Amino acid sequence: MVSAPVRTAAPPAPPVPGPARVRRLVRWAAPAAGVVAVVVLYAAFRGTAVLPHDDDAALFHWLNDARDWVDANRNSSPIFLYLVNYIRLGVAELYTLVQGGLVALGWPGLIGLAAGLGWLAGGWRIALVAAAGFAGVGVLGFWEASVDTLALTLSAVALSLLIGIPLGIWAGRSARVRRIVTPVLDVMQIMPTFSYLSPILLLFLIGPASATIATMIYAMPPAIRITALAVQRVPGVTVEASESLGATGRQTLMKVRLPLALNTIMLGVNQTIAAALSMVPLVALIAAPGLGVDLIRALARVNVGAALVPGVAIVLIAIVLDRVTRAAARRREGGRRARAVRWGGLAVLTAAGIALTPVLAPEFPEQWQVQVVRPINDVAGWIEAHWYVFTGFLNDTVAYGLLNPLQDVLTSAPWWLVTVAVLAFAWRVSGPAAGLVAAACLVGVAALHLWEHGMETLTIVLVASLITIAVGLALGVAAARSRWFAAGLRPVLDAAQTMPSFSYLLPAVALFGNGRFTAIVASLIYAVPVVARLVEDGLRAVPATVIEAARSAGSTDRQLLWKVQLPMARSSLLLAANQGIVMTLAMVVIGALVGAGALGYDVVAGIAQQEDYGKGFAAGVALVLLGVMLDRITQGANGRRSPHKKRNA
Amino acid sequence: MKKLRLIAGVIALGLAATACGGAKVEDDSKAAPSASAAGSAAASAAGTVKIAVNPWVGYEADAAVVSYLLEHELGYKVEKVTLAEEPSWQGMESGDVDVVLENWGHDDLKKKYIEEKKIAVEAGSTGNKGVIGWYVPEWMAQKYPDITDYKNLNKYADLFKTSESGGKGQLLDGDPSYVTNDEALVKNLKLDYKVVYAGSEAALIKAAKQATDQKKPLLMYFYEPQWLFNQVKLVKINLPAWEEGCDSDPKKVACDYPPYDLDKIVSKKFADTGGKAYDLVKNFQWTNDDQNAVADDMTNNGMSAEDAAKKWVEANTAKWQAWMPK
Repeated sequence: MVSAPVRTAAPPAPPVPGPARVRRLVRWAAPAAGVVAVVVLYAAFRGTAVLPHDDDAALFHWLNDARDWVDANRNSSPIFLYLVNYIRLGVAELYTLVQGGLVALGWPGLIGLAAGLGWLAGGWRIALVAAAGFAGVGVLGFWEASVDTLALTLSAVALSLLIGIPLGIWAGRSARVRRIVTPVLDVMQIMPTFSYLSPILLLFLIGPASATIATMIYAMPPAIRITALAVQRVPGVTVEASESLGATGRQTLMKVRLPLALNTIMLGVNQTIAAALSMVPLVALIAAPGLGVDLIRALARVNVGAALVPGVAIVLIAIVLDRVTRAAARRREGGRRARAVRWGGLAVLTAAGIALTPVLAPEFPEQWQVQVVRPINDVAGWIEAHWYVFTGFLNDTVAYGLLNPLQDVLTSAPWWLVTVAVLAFAWRVSGPAAGLVAAACLVGVAALHLWEHGMETLTIVLVASLITIAVGLALGVAAARSRWFAAGLRPVLDAAQTMPSFSYLLPAVALFGNGRFTAIVASLIYAVPVVARLVEDGLRAVPATVIEAARSAGSTDRQLLWKVQLPMARSSLLLAANQGIVMTLAMVVIGALVGAGALGYDVVAGIAQQEDYGKGFAAGVALVLLGVMLDRITQGANGRRSPHKKRNA
Repeated sequence: MKKLRLIAGVIALGLAATACGGAKVEDDSKAAPSASAAGSAAASAAGTVKIAVNPWVGYEADAAVVSYLLEHELGYKVEKVTLAEEPSWQGMESGDVDVVLENWGHDDLKKKYIEEKKIAVEAGSTGNKGVIGWYVPEWMAQKYPDITDYKNLNKYADLFKTSESGGKGQLLDGDPSYVTNDEALVKNLKLDYKVVYAGSEAALIKAAKQATDQKKPLLMYFYEPQWLFNQVKLVKINLPAWEEGCDSDPKKVACDYPPYDLDKIVSKKFADTGGKAYDLVKNFQWTNDDQNAVADDMTNNGMSAEDAAKKWVEANTAKWQAWMPK
C-alpha cells in the first residue's frame, strides 16, 4: 500500500554478476510473499476491526474538560498566574515594542534602514534589493499590514535566536546534549504547522502574543541545528591552539569558536527567518495582525487576485530578509577603511530615510500604489470559465481513479492489518527500529480515535506524494541530462522555494475550486522543486569515471540511467522521497482551509468551535504521528539522518 | 558552581514574580494586551475600538458601516480583527476584541462568558433576522416537487453524489467555524448523506451559481440575510419544525434551526468605558435589506468596505442619525 512512492525512487540494485536472475528472484521472493499475504488477509478480514469515526469519543470529551479547567483557572492557578501569563505579557510587550518602533520609523525611515542594512551586509546591490523590495510592498498597497507582519516575524526570530543559539552552542559542544536535542528537533520539523495551534491557543489565548510564540517554536529548530553544526565544525587545531595559549573555556568560546562559526550561524538566522515567514498566513487564524489576515480572507472569498497580492508582499519581505542575511553570512574582506565605509553607509542611508519621514506623507502615498487585483481576477475568471471541462476531468480522474479506491481500501481494512503492513514495509526499507516506530505511530492514531480521518489524510498524502515524486524525478533526470534544461529550471525552482507555502493554494484554488484535488495540486507545486533539485544533485554526484566506464562497456543512455545513475544516487533519491512526502503532508493539512477535509479540517474546526476543541487537539497529535511515521518509513536503510530543511544554503 | 548561580537566579526571578502577585489575563495594571489600545488611544483623540470581523460578507457589511460612523462621525480609530465566531468571544476575554457585531445565538457562549465569567455583555439586536437551513436551486424544486420535504431526500440521494461524498449524497457546508448542526441532523434524521465542507461562504456561493447556471444538483447549507438571494433563486428544505429546546443537545438535534434574532455582544470593559462608541454600537439597528445592499456593493460592485459604507451612510442619513449618541 505504502510501497508506491519509494519503489519509484529505489529501483532494483545494480546488476550483479553470476546467476543474476536467480538471485533477483530470491531477493524479491520475500516482499512478494508479503504483498500476497496482505492482499489475502485484506480479502479475508475486509470490513472487520475497522475504526469508524466517532465525534463522541471519550478522549475528545476529556480534552474538552481539560480545556474548560484551564479556562476556569486561567486567572487563579499558580502555573498561569506566575508563569504562563507572564510569558504572554512579556511576548505581547515585545511585539508591541517592535511594532511601535517600526511604525515610528515611518515608511521612508524603514526603507532607509533596510537599504542601510543591505549596504552593511553586502554593498550596493543588496541595498538596492532591500530598498526596492520594501518599496514594492508599499506599491502593492500593503504597507501597514506588512509592518505588522515584519514586527511579528522579527519578534519571533529574535526570541528563536535568543533561545536557539545558546542551545545550539551547547549541543555543538556536548555530544550528550546533541543526542537528546536531535530527535526533538526532528519531530518539530516534521510536525505540520497546524498542530501547534491548539495547545498554544489553550495556554496563551488568541492574539499577537500567541502568534509570536507559535512562530518562534516553528522557527527555532534551524537556529539550533545550524548553530550546533557551526560550532562543531570549528577546527579542533584552532581550539587546541587557543587553549594551549592559556585561554579559559569562556574565552575560547567567545573569541575563537563563535567568531569562526559566525558566518554559518548567519545562515541559521537566514533559515530561521524563512521558517518564521512561512507561518505568517497560519497565525492569522489566531488573530495575529498582518498580511496573513488579508491572505486568509481573500482565500475565504475565493478571490484569487486579492489573495495573490498579499502573497507577493510576503515573498518580497522574504526575499529582502533572505538576501540581506545571506550576504551577511558571506565572509567579508577589507580592513578598517572598508568597515568604516560599510557602517558609514548604514548610518547615512538610515538617517536619510528617517529625515524624509516627517517630510513625506505619514502613510504610503496612494497614488504610488498599483491595482492589480482586477486583471488577475479577470484571468482567473477566464480560466475558470473556459477550462472547466479539463479541470473537472482531472479532478474526477484523480478522485475516482486514485483517491476514492485507496481510501476505501485503507478505511475498510482492519486497523491491525494496515499497521502490520506498515511495520513490514518500513522494516524492509528502513530497518527494524524505523518499522517499530512507524507501527507505534499508527497505533497511536488509532488510540486517539482518529483512525478514519487519519486514513483519509494518509490517502491524500500518498496520492500527492506519488505524483510529486514522479514529476520531480522526471524533472530532476531531465535537468541532470541537459545543461540547457537545468539552466532554465533553476530560477523557477529558486523562486518556488522562496514563496510561503500558503501562496501555492491560490493557483490551485483558482483552477480546481475547493476540494482534495486542490490540496494535491498545491502540494505538487510546493514539493516538486525540492524533489527535482535533490534528484538532479544526486545524479550529478555520480562520478564521471563511472559513467565513462559504463559507456565504454556499451551501455545505452537508458541503461546508463536505470542501471548505473539511479542506483548509485540511491541515497539522494531516498532523501528526495522523504522530503517530498514530509512536505506534502504539511501542504495537505493546510489544504483543509480549501475543503480538503480529514485531520487538517479537525484542527481548523477545533480552533473555531468550542465543542470540537478536543477533537482538534487530538488531530494535531495524530498529524505529528503520521508525519513521524512517513518520515521513518522513508528514512532509508543506510541509517542516514535527513537534514529536513528546504534549502541547503 | 555556574549551575548553582543559574538556579539561584531562577529562584530569585520566581520570587520576584511571586511578589508581584502574578499576572491575570487582561489585567489592566499589567499593561501588555491592552497596551496597544492605550498607546493608540493616545494617538487618536476618542480612542480605539476593536471590532471582530467574522468570515461572511453580511457581517463585514455591519462592520463597515459601524466603523465608518465611528471613524468619521465620532473620531474613533477602529481596529478590525479578522476572526471566527467562537474565538471572537475568547478575544473579548484576552482583550483583543471589544465588539462582536452579529452574533448568531451561541447560548452556550453567552452562558460561559456573560453569566459565568462576566467578561461580556449583550448590546441589543441588530434588527437582522437570521435564518439557517438547507437549500436546493429553484429548478430542482420545480423538477422534483417533493424534494423540499426532508423525508424524500434519501430518494434523491443519488442525484447529489460527488467525488468527495463517498458514495452518499453530498450536503455542502460552509466554513468550519459556522453555526451548524448538519452532521448531527444527517445522522439523527437517518439521511444517506455526507457533510462536505467547502471551506467558506464564497465557495458556497460559487457552488450555488454553478448549480443554477449549469443545472447541476446541489444541496447546501445556507443562510439569510444574504445578498445572493437577490440574484439566484434557492428553495429551502423543510426539516422537522423547530421547537423551544429541541436543539439543546448538539449531538441529538433532529429539528430545524431556530429563527435567529441577530444581536451584538461587547466586552464588559467596553460597555463600562466605551463611552460614545458603546452607545453607537448599542443603538445600531437595521434591516436585512440594508445589510444586503452594502454586502452586494462590497461583493459584486467592486467597492471597498469603506466606499460601500460611505454610499449607504450618504443615502440613509435618517437611519444612522437615530443611532448617534445623544
